[in-house]
Amino acid sequence: MMFVEEKKDLNKSGLRTEEMVLNMGPQHPSTHGVLRLELTLEGEIIKEVRPHIGYLHRCFEKHAEAMTYPQVIPYTDRMDYLASMSNEFGYAVAVEKLLGIQVPERVEYIRVIMAEFQRIASHLVALGTYGADIGAMTPFLFCFRDREKILSLFELTCGARLLYNYIWIGGVSHDLHPEFIRLAKEFIPYFRPKIKELNDLLTGNRIFIDRTANVGVLPLETAINYGISGPNLRASGMKWDLRKDDPYSIYHKFNFDIPVGKGLMGTIGDCWDRYYMRVLEMEESLKIIEQALKQIPEGDVSSAIPKRVKPPVGQVYARVENPRGELGYFIISNGSVNPFRIKVRGPSFVHLGVMNELCKGHMIADIIAILGSIDIVLGEVDR
Amino acid sequence: MKNTQEIFEHLKIKFGDSVNSLVTGQPVEDYFSVSPNDIKNICLYLRDNEELQFDNLMNLSGVDDENGEKKTDEDGNFTIVGGTLSIFYHLESTSIRHKVTLKVSVPREEPFLESVSEVWKCADWHEREAYDLFGFFFRNHPDLRRILMPYDWEAGHPLRKDYKNPEFYQGMKVPY
Amino acid sequence: MGLLDKQFNDGNIVVTKVEDLLNWARLSSVWQVGFGLACCAIEMMATSASHYDFDRFGVIPRPSPRQSDVIIISGTVTLKMALRVKRLYEQMPEPKYVISMGSCSNCGGPYWEHGYHVLKGVDRVIPVDVYVPGCPPRPEALLEGLLKLQEKIRNESIVKKSA
Repeated sequence: MMFVEEKKDLNKSGLRTEEMVLNMGPQHPSTHGVLRLELTLEGEIIKEVRPHIGYLHRCFEKHAEAMTYPQVIPYTDRMDYLASMSNEFGYAVAVEKLLGIQVPERVEYIRVIMAEFQRIASHLVALGTYGADIGAMTPFLFCFRDREKILSLFELTCGARLLYNYIWIGGVSHDLHPEFIRLAKEFIPYFRPKIKELNDLLTGNRIFIDRTANVGVLPLETAINYGISGPNLRASGMKWDLRKDDPYSIYHKFNFDIPVGKGLMGTIGDCWDRYYMRVLEMEESLKIIEQALKQIPEGDVSSAIPKRVKPPVGQVYARVENPRGELGYFIISNGSVNPFRIKVRGPSFVHLGVMNELCKGHMIADIIAILGSIDIVLGEVDR
Repeated sequence: MKNTQEIFEHLKIKFGDSVNSLVTGQPVEDYFSVSPNDIKNICLYLRDNEELQFDNLMNLSGVDDENGEKKTDEDGNFTIVGGTLSIFYHLESTSIRHKVTLKVSVPREEPFLESVSEVWKCADWHEREAYDLFGFFFRNHPDLRRILMPYDWEAGHPLRKDYKNPEFYQGMKVPY
Repeated sequence: MGLLDKQFNDGNIVVTKVEDLLNWARLSSVWQVGFGLACCAIEMMATSASHYDFDRFGVIPRPSPRQSDVIIISGTVTLKMALRVKRLYEQMPEPKYVISMGSCSNCGGPYWEHGYHVLKGVDRVIPVDVYVPGCPPRPEALLEGLLKLQEKIRNESIVKKSA
């Protein structure tokens, strides 16, 4: 859908040039959902990008005020629908902090395993669709093939493929299936070579590197000022991961590295770096899962689930490392069974704000590469 | 690393009465209030001071405090008159690794305050959201428009507690 | 539709009704608008990806509505999006079909009560042929929805319009 509107201007040499305003979206195969970008172009060079969001505003925060605390969980699933487990995890962490509950150790392990599997699944979609945006269809099919394996593990656990309602306040809805540990352990040696396969297909691909290296460079100063977090911040060269820097749950028990962008193919913080961070993170997630599967203790998973969730008057801001970055929940309780206010700080929402900064001066085709590399999910941008 | 109490005392010396009412001891989070006219100066100070270095705005959330006078007229329309709307700022320093929460309260009928989008760029969109959903007016904001709701939405600001949804929008029925 | 298969052996001549032939051609290549809205779009992508392979039913995503036969409304339609959805539908050439995928586009789904910005059912703006329930529907459910649509196309008549 395109719609053109012209502005007249005179350039330095006195020739009359025309700036063009071009609308990209809301229906566009590469905008990852219903995003509209208003581009101001001078020829093929981008002068300004103005994202228009809200096409998927589903009123999460209003719903949260009308529901009881446990009823909010299914709605958190539907925000970042590629990482539902991580969303539930964050919400559960926040409410537990407010209630002051300690959850059993087995629950913590299950949560970490699920969240890390979810991280891999989410990154697979991000990498696959990124390849498809740039013009490589095969990685998309390969990534979705492996993602199905993870989804079937989730299905085994809680019966749902995409939106789980699995992590509850104080526990999880079901214990692990007796077969889960065996299947999950089998998945790890299956998946390791697939990362290498992806590297052969896409990461080192000359065409891919030409499209992404030195494109959309995000300097660290700008990144922090814009509140960027997660893989995008790490790609800009900062070793910052909430799993290590503001530990929640039991992440302090595991050994894993935090990959940082080094500018291997171009500049630090370019699109290729952001892409490669996700590849490396899948490897790290596998490490965490491997350790967690070894250490997971026996126990009851529902012993700490409160019968009635009624937190005292107070407020909390809790954050977790979502596959996309810092996911924060700000909850105010007025002592009733309904939250007084829940505000969600979605990483995608914050990341999309930097689009203009990243795109200025690039060619129009680079928008696709940049937008894909910051990996947004519109459900979370608009909530 | 400083805790909220120390930051509060630090700011109290510099800004006096603009910083007030420290709340501690309630479940989980301490915060203090800041006057709406000084919020930008205080934020600039918090960002640039050597001992504080709050370089990251984690979150900015509007809240309807629902502390005004509640009225229901004969047709059953619920309104709130008076009271305040508030904004919470969650700040973090990535170098010193401390956090602080600020609160700004403004009257419900005149919700004006200073924009901090020059201090942290990410505040731009957060403030637009607060304007859209609560109706805060941020002075000196570069581009204060609705962000999530349609630009031609006329029914008000949906997250206010007395918001009433319209019957129709552009010919489409809104309620179920 | 057995006619085509049975009679193909004898000298490459097929005798069939025009209606059957047209319907057969239409139902075997329903191209969809490559257009996702929300969570269901991910399941729609999963359906077209390797494991479920939407292509084998002749469903190929097209980037433009002008080249498509079916639009799958995959996800929540908000008020801001509703008019765009309607315009997309209007841009498609006849004959065109609509599959409403998931509870949100069927009736508002979990957002029916407090969703001040959610359209409670895409059928308030465009006509829907097949409703697929679920939140989100499994890929199998979407495939079933497509089979239902094919059944509908198979029974169409070029003379009298179906209701």
